[in-house]
Amino acid sequence: MSVRRLHPNQPSNFAFTPQNETWAQETIAKYPDGKQASAVIPLLWRAQEQNYGWLPEPAIRVVADMLGMAYIRVYEIATFYTMFQLQPVGKIAHVQVCGTTPCMLRGAEKLVDVCKRKISKLPHVLSDDGNFSWEEVECLGACANAPMVQVWKDTYEDLTPDLFEKVLDKLASGAPPKLGSQIGRIASSPVAGFTSLTDKTLYSGNLNSSQED
Amino acid sequence: MLADKDRIFTNIYGVHDTSLNGALARGLWDGTKNIIDLGHDEIIERIKESGLRGRGGAGFPTGLKWSFMPKSDPRPSYLVVNADESEPGSCKDREILRHDPHHLIEGCLISSFAIRAHTCYVYFRGEYIREREAFQKAVDEAYAAGLIGKNNKHGWDFDLYVHHGAGAYICGEETALLESLEGKKGQPRLKPPFPAGAGLYGAPTTVNNVESIAAVPTILRRGSGWFGSFGKSNNTGTKLFQISGHVEQPCVVEEEMGIPMRELIDRHAGGVRGGWNNLLAVIPGGSSVPCVPAHMCDDLTMDFDSLQKVKSGLGTAALIVMDKSTDIIAAIRRISYFYKHESCGQCTPCREGTGWMWRMMQRLESGKAEKKEIDMLFDVTKQVEGHTICALGDAAAWPIQGLIRNFRPTLEARIAAAQLAQEAAE
Repeated sequence: MSVRRLHPNQPSNFAFTPQNETWAQETIAKYPDGKQASAVIPLLWRAQEQNYGWLPEPAIRVVADMLGMAYIRVYEIATFYTMFQLQPVGKIAHVQVCGTTPCMLRGAEKLVDVCKRKISKLPHVLSDDGNFSWEEVECLGACANAPMVQVWKDTYEDLTPDLFEKVLDKLASGAPPKLGSQIGRIASSPVAGFTSLTDKTLYSGNLNSSQED
Repeated sequence: MLADKDRIFTNIYGVHDTSLNGALARGLWDGTKNIIDLGHDEIIERIKESGLRGRGGAGFPTGLKWSFMPKSDPRPSYLVVNADESEPGSCKDREILRHDPHHLIEGCLISSFAIRAHTCYVYFRGEYIREREAFQKAVDEAYAAGLIGKNNKHGWDFDLYVHHGAGAYICGEETALLESLEGKKGQPRLKPPFPAGAGLYGAPTTVNNVESIAAVPTILRRGSGWFGSFGKSNNTGTKLFQISGHVEQPCVVEEEMGIPMRELIDRHAGGVRGGWNNLLAVIPGGSSVPCVPAHMCDDLTMDFDSLQKVKSGLGTAALIVMDKSTDIIAAIRRISYFYKHESCGQCTPCREGTGWMWRMMQRLESGKAEKKEIDMLFDVTKQVEGHTICALGDAAAWPIQGLIRNFRPTLEARIAAAQLAQEAAE
């Protein structure tokens, strides 16, 4: 378990944008009548996205009111699920470094060192310019592309400390870095070339000319 | 080696068209209506005959699980697909979800029909955002084409909804997943009642792994005998393997169940870094299974029963390979931290035990411990194992047990070295 608390400084209010409000009503409709509490994680997540990547306390109450839930029930969701950021995060990037064993074996600890040097000594602490923050997270599910980090929705994989620094520099300069593998690998295929799925007759109706040789 | 024509997942690397058109060209959604026309019970029977065992780690026979669902019940039935892939080492479902999503959507329809469910929820781990977007796109295509939805082409009203979590490994446990899907903290439920009796919203529910459900259409199209012809008795079929760690080419690849570990690593992952003789140990099934030392890996095959015989497990078939440069104590210590972090806190032996075991592992890593504490730690793992509502306590205990069983000399040497250094300093 990890102990998580709300940040002492909170905005006074929160309201979904009209667009997000519509989206929220559509999301609630995915669940049977009377079971709208099911939508709590998706709604809190949307609130976090709207609020620059962190979840403020007023949003917890707004979501609770929308779903007919007691505040404490939503509060415990916000503190239980660790993807809810309970304090402000970097404006440009909140970097999640996977530190679990498969990534650790391939050098994740050195990526953490890069974060400490380039962003801030401690996790969840903003960089001096407020643009970056970082944390070490538990397995992000891209182990065959280790080590890797996730920033917002995207992953940057097959990293070395140098490649990771380049990703951070590009993010800082506003030039979007290449997504996925940073060494040009195709998804989680073997780096030197496919060892399976090379039988072209399988794809006779379906050759994607741009990616076939 | 498995021939390409016998692989179920033909676009796991995403180089071919991932859209519905591409899926159709690769033979998906072919004769789905004929499969539905077989009837609920015949489909379950054929899946039983194929020998398909759940691909989420526990290896429970999928057809048998389906047969626990009530045949007539006033409550609605649900299929819930577990896409909360979070076991360290596991990254196979990700490739299905983002690159070959129609396998899963077609599988959801057929499987839901088999268990008499009209509604299916696919629960994604929160971090798989791009994967969720890719899958939702494929779901929208299937709705638009009338393949699923109300009054679809297949004559079985069926709604598929995409749901997601927000970073809790425990939600991969099926009852924690249901709690989370109901809008609560992901804390596992006591069983019984099992989900087939009282699952989502108290209604009959089957929870299956992504890969299990995604394999269903192909099994039914090509026949139980075809699927059953691969692998070994009681360990049939093909399987997505994930090879990470100290190999030349980490990858995800579909192979036959029961493939020798060495062949899998050499053929697809380019071999162990520095050669097979540089192997120290392999964690063969994701972080929760005990490690297997190199000398036991030579002739080991990758299936449920063989790995159980060496006191490990196939789990999700995620191989974490460690060469001789690895500090195995540190590697297991990091796994212990993972379980400490992910314990939901509901059961005392797990909540307190995972922290205790992690702190103990830190001391063993530095060598600042006494030899008798190795046995004490082993004893604590035995007190956690089997004494919790769900298997997270077991999963936290097993890696440490594997370490102590197989690498006790390493632990003792570390302690001796630390003592020597201490004496030299004094």
